[in-house]
Amino acid sequence: MTGMQDNYPDQTRRAFLGRTSGGLGALALASLLDPRALSGDEPTVLESRGEVSPLHHAPRAKRVIFLTMAGGPSHLDTFDHKPSLEKLNGKPMPASYTRGQPIAQLQGQKLNCLRPQFEFRRCGKSGQRISTVLPHISGIADEICIVRSLHTDQINHDPAHTVMNTGSSISGRPSMGSWVNYGLGSETSDLPGFVVLTSKGGRNPQPIAVRQWHSGFLPGRFQGVQMHSTGDAVHYVGNPPGVDVKRQRDVVQAVQGLNRIRNQEVKNPQIETRIRQYELAFRMQMSVPELMDISREPKKVLEMYGVKEADGSYAYNCLLARRLAERGVRFIQLYHRGWDHHNGLVDYLKICSGLCDGPTAALVRDLKSRGMLDDTLIVWGGEFGRTPMAQTNKGKVGRDHHMKGFSMWLAGGGIKGGISHGQTDELGYNSTIDKVHVNDLHATMLHLLGVDHRRMTYRFQGRDFRLTDVGGEVVRDILA
Amino acid sequence: MTGSARGIPGGFSQPGFVVFILLLFLCTSAASAVDPVSFSRDIRPLLADRCFACHGPDRKRRKKKLRLDLGIKETRRVISPGKPLDSELLKRITAEDPDDLMPPLDSGKKQLSLAEKELFRRWIDDGARFDLHWAYVKPGRPQPPKAGAEDWVRNPVDRFISAAHEKRGLSPSPEADRRTLLRRLHLDLTGLPPTPAELDAFLADKRPRAYEAQVERLLASPHFGERLAIYWLDLVRYADSAGYHSDPTINISPYRDYVIAAFNSNKPFDRFTLEQLAGDLLPDASMETRVASGYNRLNKTTDEGGAQAKEYLAKYAADRVRTTSSVWMGVTMGCAECHDHKFDPFTMKDFYSFAAFFADLKEVGHYSGSPRPPELQVPTGRLKARWLALEDELRKLEQSADGDKKRLEQLKKERGELQKSFTRTLVSQAVKPRVMRVLPRGNWLDDTGEVVEPAIPEFLGRLEVKGRATRLDLARWFVSKDNPLTARVFVNRLWKLYFGAGISSRLDDVGAQGEWPRHPELLDWLALEFIDSGWDIKRMIRLLVTSSAYRQSSLLTGKLRELDPYNRLVARQSRYRVEAELVRDAALYISGLLVDEIGGRSVKPYQPEGYWKHLNFPKRKWQHDKGSGQYRRGVYTHWQRTFLHPSLLAFDAPSREECIAERMVSNTPQAALALLNDPTYVEAARAFAQNIAFLGGESVDEKLDWAFRRALSRRPSMAEREILNKLLAAHRKQYLADGKAADALLGVGLSNRPEGAGDEKADLAAWTSLSRVILNLSETITRN
Repeated sequence: MTGMQDNYPDQTRRAFLGRTSGGLGALALASLLDPRALSGDEPTVLESRGEVSPLHHAPRAKRVIFLTMAGGPSHLDTFDHKPSLEKLNGKPMPASYTRGQPIAQLQGQKLNCLRPQFEFRRCGKSGQRISTVLPHISGIADEICIVRSLHTDQINHDPAHTVMNTGSSISGRPSMGSWVNYGLGSETSDLPGFVVLTSKGGRNPQPIAVRQWHSGFLPGRFQGVQMHSTGDAVHYVGNPPGVDVKRQRDVVQAVQGLNRIRNQEVKNPQIETRIRQYELAFRMQMSVPELMDISREPKKVLEMYGVKEADGSYAYNCLLARRLAERGVRFIQLYHRGWDHHNGLVDYLKICSGLCDGPTAALVRDLKSRGMLDDTLIVWGGEFGRTPMAQTNKGKVGRDHHMKGFSMWLAGGGIKGGISHGQTDELGYNSTIDKVHVNDLHATMLHLLGVDHRRMTYRFQGRDFRLTDVGGEVVRDILA
Repeated sequence: MTGSARGIPGGFSQPGFVVFILLLFLCTSAASAVDPVSFSRDIRPLLADRCFACHGPDRKRRKKKLRLDLGIKETRRVISPGKPLDSELLKRITAEDPDDLMPPLDSGKKQLSLAEKELFRRWIDDGARFDLHWAYVKPGRPQPPKAGAEDWVRNPVDRFISAAHEKRGLSPSPEADRRTLLRRLHLDLTGLPPTPAELDAFLADKRPRAYEAQVERLLASPHFGERLAIYWLDLVRYADSAGYHSDPTINISPYRDYVIAAFNSNKPFDRFTLEQLAGDLLPDASMETRVASGYNRLNKTTDEGGAQAKEYLAKYAADRVRTTSSVWMGVTMGCAECHDHKFDPFTMKDFYSFAAFFADLKEVGHYSGSPRPPELQVPTGRLKARWLALEDELRKLEQSADGDKKRLEQLKKERGELQKSFTRTLVSQAVKPRVMRVLPRGNWLDDTGEVVEPAIPEFLGRLEVKGRATRLDLARWFVSKDNPLTARVFVNRLWKLYFGAGISSRLDDVGAQGEWPRHPELLDWLALEFIDSGWDIKRMIRLLVTSSAYRQSSLLTGKLRELDPYNRLVARQSRYRVEAELVRDAALYISGLLVDEIGGRSVKPYQPEGYWKHLNFPKRKWQHDKGSGQYRRGVYTHWQRTFLHPSLLAFDAPSREECIAERMVSNTPQAALALLNDPTYVEAARAFAQNIAFLGGESVDEKLDWAFRRALSRRPSMAEREILNKLLAAHRKQYLADGKAADALLGVGLSNRPEGAGDEKADLAAWTSLSRVILNLSETITRN
């Protein structure tokens, strides 16, 4: 499949705009009442609204909620228990591990081992080992599949995020949410198909670039849209001062009317598209406030998530994630930016857990109780892990960046819950058994969505690019 | 896919082959019978796309030691010239047995179609001639052909286009009306729509060369440089921030002004090239050329704690190879960082040898904040003219024996004062070159690779220089007469700017995976014309925009829509939404808010509160400009790579982290929301409304005429008037009843807030609604 080109404006395109254009008004109305109405008229389960249609195989998940713990949580204090580190605590890290290896802030420092900072317990019926710093995630142990053998290519935050989001460290490639919307299309006509929510708390928050949810060389409409809890939820979604809904509608209608008149003369498909985009924009102005308004959520639900108000907290964003999922948003990415624990590891882990642990578990439970966990894929993790070695040059002890082995977990749509996959070595340094590269993670995510990662490509600069770059194997062992 | 089990057997599976031979007699299309098969146009792209991955330049991935990218010598065992039926290659691509079939079914490559297989058969039948890929062959100077329609021809460009039309049975579209023509020219050459006065002057000018006079006027406009700079700044990835992690501000805006001034003064492209790549090494290096050498410092750089300098120096080196090879050569040399290029003959050694040209740059892998030496302090904007005059006078005074002492003191004092307001800018400075090695698989930790010296890609020749080749040598090679790429790549991009798509549509890749140029002779002719003119950019643009081809209407008829939907044959003009910066410029210009100074520091328009909340180390707040800086053209907007201004982003401005030769053009609800609700556009609408009230005449009809002519260079139709009148009446009534709302709307923005009685305000608020409508029209932001 070669990519469609937005750059030839006189060519009408079949994807998204072309396909959802017919009778948008009626469909939109139906979808307002029931967001899943749009999927109701699909003749087969393989039919998609995106470029991959039919899908390559039956999908197990329809949407993804990616919980990005930005900064890089310590796998050694959360999901990957290493008793050997206990024994070696304070002793030098064997040089056989670290010789010639890239290193971040520990350059020129003594490399001594640091034991796990929290107790680990067996949890749930499955008996998965999880740190006591995450009591609520421990409570959903039977739902989640812990992958302990992740590895990535980059040791610094910015490029490592770029790998996690785009499969490559070179800027300009599309992010996974953009790829998924490109391939599968959107199920909502009132909201963007790819939404990003950010929150903070914990250590000094990570800077996160727009590049992380950019569509790269894919058409701009697949770009992630950031939603905010303060100010306009989406940039420019609020009417200008002194312009109420009715006046804004008058303006939009006049624009549409004049564009239609013009188009009778020039017959330019771009004008038709623009007319539809103005309609969509106006509908977003209506639907976004409704989405953000949680006043009608039952008290019980708010308590479960730990939400007090629309405050942009991770808890609030988890609740929004569910609301977005209900409304047919294809890819929802949450960033919590406090996980870079070079120092004060114990304190900051407790703070991050206090903010993220409960709401994450609540999201999984809430989706499950609504029957949505079956077709929603949840992924939890950071851009890399942390060293088995202590970092002591910044105050209380912490751990440095680490890319050779770390943990993530997945749950929901098509994932086998209550299992662990892969291992790192005795000291938690290198991923050794059933290694999973970021490209493999992406391949698996796409597989669950009904897409063969090798076959979803886009031609750019003479090459067929894909999310998994030149790698990627589906991790079959974790599929339900 | 291993392919190891697949030998090259003597036997092959007969049935599929026979079926193929039978079928192709049924399928040979009339069209393909007309043109002889061309290796470059027909065969090489297929080989590149389907075969080179395993049988191409990449040594490591090559299967069965078979290379199909060189020539008949290397392919003799699979191709027998003149004997297609004896050629293993044809047997393999037509095999029925999946074990023999090429490309293999599990390769992920598309199978060849019947028509494509037939092309191979005919090519082998004709003797299987291999040519070097067209873009790597020095262009010849073709004679402009005999045109199909002689009376249509205005210059040689038209001859090539007309001949192509005739061949396809097309005829050119009629010339666009004068209003459209002037608007097109204005947007293309200055990025600003014409004023009603400019339009009237042109409409009234009955001289035969009235149009050409407009071209000259606009080429001489100081806004010409701003317009063309937008494109160049995308290529070189100009931005005001470092790009990685905390994304701090960098000092570089004088480089942007250099580019604008270079285009305005029509600096020859060869000189432009030398100054940017090696402005510090030129024998006549000056402040200006050193500013230009900031080009080499435009790569992303990091401040992240824990970044290892060595790793980032490797990243910066690779970044420069990617960008420089893309800007001047239009090739994707970046692919050879970890392995030999899969489609073009660039080896890994070529990649690192190319990187070695830049190994002399004084830089560090890990920066902390600003400045990032080497930097230079220079006068910019208004200061620059004063500075140059002052320097000039000082020189004269100092040289003359009886110089006025008092004046001299005065000038020196002023010089000291001026220097305090200088702007810093990143520049190049040569030091002892770092050792550059081939990094095995691109791994910066691996020091086992061969040490390399600066060199151009081997298959393109060798630089004849004494000692170590420098950036200056590289720049001279780019603009030497023997370089097959530079001129072609540049004129192809110019063509895109004025016709909507390149002659070869892949502006970022003229290599094997690029597109066979639709008018190859025209491309070559233009390339040589460019070189022979002394790399005269304005001359080339003049040539393009005065052609009949350029002046065609952009209306798409049913027949053309079918025959040539992408407008590759140029039987009409193209139409497209203007660039992000120009969307902004149009609104400010139409409304009278635009401050049209040239150059200066980067500025900060209104931006949504909290957009920068994710920037950290340190935390920063976007402080929007409060004075004239608020109303500058988009090209001067502060370019924050990790958080580009959302209004620019909504209209597809790139982050400029990597070289961009062609922007995406999307059409999204985000763009609609920005144009509807960004305070920049709301304020512009109000200012426009004030001008309509003040200058637009007495009656509503007159005012509508005035507003439409200002924004769209035409008068509204009856149907349009009706819609607008209705809106006006309704909103006037509403705002009269709701004075607070009127105040709120009129209060948006920093510029002169209107005073007046309730009904005056209501009137102005209603006209602001109407102005918002005009600013949001598709036509307002479309070049056609």
